[in-house]
Amino acid sequence: MSSVTSPPRGAAPATTARKRGLRRDGFWPWLFVAPLVGGVAVFFLWPIVQTAWFSLTEFGVFGGTTFTGLDNYQALFQNGDLYKSIGNTLIYTVITLFNVPIAVVVASLLNTPGLRGAAVYRVLYFLPYVAMPTAVAMVWRIIFNGDFGVLNYVLGWFGIDGPYWISTPGAAIVAVSIVGLWSLIGFSVIVLGAGLKQIPPDLYEAAELDGASRLRQFRSITVPLLTPSIAFLSIVSVIQGFQMFDLLYAVLGTTNMNPTVFDSMSIVYLFYQAGFVTNEKGMAAAIAMVVLVLVALATVVQFRLQKKWVHLD
Amino acid sequence: MTTHLSRRNILAGALGLGVMITTAACGGDSDSGSDTAGAGYTEPSADLKAKLTYGVWDQTQVDAIQKNIDAFNQKYPGIEVAISVTPFAQYWTKLQTQASSDTLPDLFWMNGPNFQLYAGGQKIDPITGPVKAGAIDPANYPEALTSLYSLEGVQYGVPKDMDTIGVWINTEIFKKAKVDVPTADWTWDDFQTAATAISTALKSDGIYGGAGGMDGQTTYYNTIFEAGGSVVADGKSGYNSPQSQAGLQFWTDLIASGGSPTIAQLTDTTADQWFTSGKLGMYWGGSWFRAALAGTDLEKSIQALPLPKGAQQATVIHGVANMVAANSQNKQAAHALQAYLVSQEAQQALGEAGSVIPAFTGTQAAFTKSMPDANLQVFLDAVQYAKPLPVSANTAAWNAFETKLLPDAFSGSTPVANVSADLASQMDAALAKE
Repeated sequence: MSSVTSPPRGAAPATTARKRGLRRDGFWPWLFVAPLVGGVAVFFLWPIVQTAWFSLTEFGVFGGTTFTGLDNYQALFQNGDLYKSIGNTLIYTVITLFNVPIAVVVASLLNTPGLRGAAVYRVLYFLPYVAMPTAVAMVWRIIFNGDFGVLNYVLGWFGIDGPYWISTPGAAIVAVSIVGLWSLIGFSVIVLGAGLKQIPPDLYEAAELDGASRLRQFRSITVPLLTPSIAFLSIVSVIQGFQMFDLLYAVLGTTNMNPTVFDSMSIVYLFYQAGFVTNEKGMAAAIAMVVLVLVALATVVQFRLQKKWVHLD
Repeated sequence: MTTHLSRRNILAGALGLGVMITTAACGGDSDSGSDTAGAGYTEPSADLKAKLTYGVWDQTQVDAIQKNIDAFNQKYPGIEVAISVTPFAQYWTKLQTQASSDTLPDLFWMNGPNFQLYAGGQKIDPITGPVKAGAIDPANYPEALTSLYSLEGVQYGVPKDMDTIGVWINTEIFKKAKVDVPTADWTWDDFQTAATAISTALKSDGIYGGAGGMDGQTTYYNTIFEAGGSVVADGKSGYNSPQSQAGLQFWTDLIASGGSPTIAQLTDTTADQWFTSGKLGMYWGGSWFRAALAGTDLEKSIQALPLPKGAQQATVIHGVANMVAANSQNKQAAHALQAYLVSQEAQQALGEAGSVIPAFTGTQAAFTKSMPDANLQVFLDAVQYAKPLPVSANTAAWNAFETKLLPDAFSGSTPVANVSADLASQMDAALAKE
């Protein structure tokens, strides 16, 4: 930058102005992004480095680290709990991902011209998303109750003997996933609703003139033009799926209360269990690193695939 | 389209997730350094000025505690005390974070399972000084409880309250099932017989006689002690002994006989919920359960019995203690408050406020009077044969194995002997790491 600080003597005014502009370009942008860069460095990059280091140590309950090399990772990868929790996380992610297709249908129905009370429907769909996960979970805990719950009561009308949803291994993770799916639909409907507004109405008019049915219009106009929104939602859903903890914790409870949690843990729950329950903080750091890698991988893969099916024009 | 995100944003989001997780994992730096403070305690003069924070987890006790503090402030008007309540489910996560960053409240509640972790980590100031100065006398509290809060010969606190386990009886259900209410000298067999009789008679109403559950303190720890077994002794698991297995078998048999709901049913609806909704005849529960019954429709048909006798009579005893943080800026004031809260005067007031049994010997009468027809004296008499809640330095680590493995034994899907052998070996490995 020093080369542009002193303009050559006798230079034309225009040149000086241009040089000053260059100088501004070099300095001011950096000043403006400095808070962000600083924040990223302090709150994102440094903790990642620190966690990577902690994952190589035995971390005392109240601090104090002993370097143990890859011991944590070795113990982690030999422990079946890791694979079980990754499996559960994938089940959850896949089931909640279904919120996107459901939301596409719901959003396009809500977008029907002349639909009365569309705003009311939108609020109804959106409510679960803004409700506190703990409150949502409390309600579903009651619905899922094996002896006195509403769900099994209703199933009883059809002669179905429902399981003890939250205390049966296998059933529990599916039950929680359904709650997750249900609470995500509202958000997706709003995002897709915005996407639908961008589709020019004359496309539908033209299709109508050509005699295309509503189903055909949905398949050939709505869905392709919504793909950018759908891509965004599926990426966000996958990231949220990998982060899943609160619903599981609130619906199933802690390992002290509900043995089923051991079979239904998500990977972040496994992290919580190691970090804050059994006090293996070094191990918890190793689990956090695994989550980081998995999320990064899943996101990169989705971006690669996105090129194949997302229509941007 | 505005909704297409750039790759950079998404990657930042992905990193953000990692960070959210990782920042949770990186607590403070190494220990605060131990000192032998607490040994030099003298009772503060009345004009001492200090601001104290007091960390507790039970909102229902705050009124009673505030009364204690008001009385304390008559003597020490310059000591301000701010009570901070954190629900039990989050209390330990928060306390651990505070301990790691040396920001613990000056005075805070501690329980048996977590005590050794914090005492061993030099986060708690011993009460050696207050005891020497005559401000606290450990002999005034049940011995099984004071021993819970001493580590390697050093006393860190004395209990502020106590609880023992007994059987809560719903006499209404006994009447309905035409089963006689057992007497106080009953045995395991009597319990099993009564439980199955009730379950059989009232099956159509969905009422059960007894209930197990995954909470060791109110269920299987007691039967293990009653059978002469142990949970943890001399740094080793006590599960792999015939006596401990007999203690576990009690619950397997009860569930198999239909005298209790299954483990899955008890996970969905806990035993205390079965009892308070009038669907359970006999509930193994702590003295603290009184608070849940007082003022309900059930209250008039409640009676308490001592635990049915196995090879011997036993019960688990536990109580919460107040601890002074090792790095408190106001140790003298904090110790003064700690000593006041366990004084006879404060304990009497705590007992009269109800909800918990004060630990100071001789101040507990108010508790039994709070439900005069239920014979709550049972819980006080139990102190004589009570055994402290089993704990070690990292109790939570093997508590997790208990909840993970024992359901298979209780449900009968794996023989008790196999489960307890497996549990003992996993627990020994965890204990060896302490």
